[in-house]
Amino acid sequence: MKHIRVGRWITAVALALLAGVYVRALVFTPVERMQGPAQKIFYVHVPAAWATMLAMGLVGVASILFLLVKDHRYDRFAEASAEVGTAFSLVMLTTGPIWAKPIWGTWWTWDARLTLTLFLFFLFVGYLLLRSAVTDPGLRARYSAVLGICGLVLLPFIHMSVYLFRTLHPQPIVLKPSAPSLPGPMLVTFLTSVGVFTMLYVGFVVQRYGIGQLREEREPPHA
Amino acid sequence: MRDVLVHAWLVLRKDLVLEWRARTAFLSTLVFTVLVLMVFNFGRDPTAIGPRDLAPSVLWVTFTFAAMLALNRAFQLELENQALDGLLLTPMSRGSLYLGKFGANLAFVTVVEAVALPLFALFFNVPVLPVLAPLALVTALATIGFVAVGTLFSAMVIRTRFAELLLPVLLLPFMIPPLVWAVMTTAKLFAGRPLSEMDGWLRLLAAYDIVFVALATLLFPVTVSE
Repeated sequence: MKHIRVGRWITAVALALLAGVYVRALVFTPVERMQGPAQKIFYVHVPAAWATMLAMGLVGVASILFLLVKDHRYDRFAEASAEVGTAFSLVMLTTGPIWAKPIWGTWWTWDARLTLTLFLFFLFVGYLLLRSAVTDPGLRARYSAVLGICGLVLLPFIHMSVYLFRTLHPQPIVLKPSAPSLPGPMLVTFLTSVGVFTMLYVGFVVQRYGIGQLREEREPPHA
Repeated sequence: MRDVLVHAWLVLRKDLVLEWRARTAFLSTLVFTVLVLMVFNFGRDPTAIGPRDLAPSVLWVTFTFAAMLALNRAFQLELENQALDGLLLTPMSRGSLYLGKFGANLAFVTVVEAVALPLFALFFNVPVLPVLAPLALVTALATIGFVAVGTLFSAMVIRTRFAELLLPVLLLPFMIPPLVWAVMTTAKLFAGRPLSEMDGWLRLLAAYDIVFVALATLLFPVTVSE
């Protein structure tokens, strides 16, 4: 129960901060000259994408650790992270088209980066489906660890093919070799939002981890 | 090392002998593949889209479906009379078992592809012969990649509920990158471009093969150990 309580607190604080980010983004951050108000959605879209990547990366890392030390806590963490990652990837996949319609004139294109995010979503869904299809907890942990590692290895390949395609997606403006080209107030809003989304991720994962723990107490692992 | 390969060969031979004696799986996969080719032919408006425009996509979607069907069968075979437990009891490494299964699947899929290709050329009026060698290279590279991942996944899904349904759901995201690269290369080949132009895609395909064959060999023991 401890985890659920702690997770709830973290989530509550993060949600309050998120409201603050919305207010700051809508009222106190300048409107972008070319894109107008549509650009505001970046303060949700990009941090959600960041949380999705973080979730996928940590599922992979937890999977490797699980296979190395066979500690079920890693498996429980990977499960939590995958579920939370699915939610964030849905946020990313819905806010993206909402921005794309006024700016690109289309809800969806088979652009490389869009395809990558769709892949991420399907990797998460496949991962969760596999978990639900295996009844034995020991087997479930091992199978999902194998899939988690394969997913982690697949990502660089998708990423590499992104560079071989022409892309419509905006290029990185914050995480790039030269200094960020985002103006000061926008950068502050953006980074705060990334921080808040990371906190939300932590809060959700801790709660989900606690739920997994309760579930396991009812069906102890026997493998 | 020699032992690993000898054992892998034994597993491979066992699978292929079984397949040869029964032939049901092979024949049904083949018939399915031809039917997919036919479905594609009727799934387009012949007055609007020429058969050649669709040819690379048709070829690769057909190969993907054929591979999926073949992979579903790979470990299904071992479920009967707990044959898999028997295999695991033999004094051979799990790595050899994987490599043997991988080899057998590869042979199975390759034969299906080899039979499907002339039919594809016939149905879609594509001059396959002039580009046969590079096309074979691309097909081999792509097939190795997805059969490697598919063999690993099919070992996992057989012990789950809805195995036949789960394999495509897990495997397709892994098949799409090599599929995309293969379609790109095939389209350029059919358009008469030289192989040197597709160097980037071919390298990605080769890298994918190396990484996933190694990774699957490494991870396979985890999926079968008790």
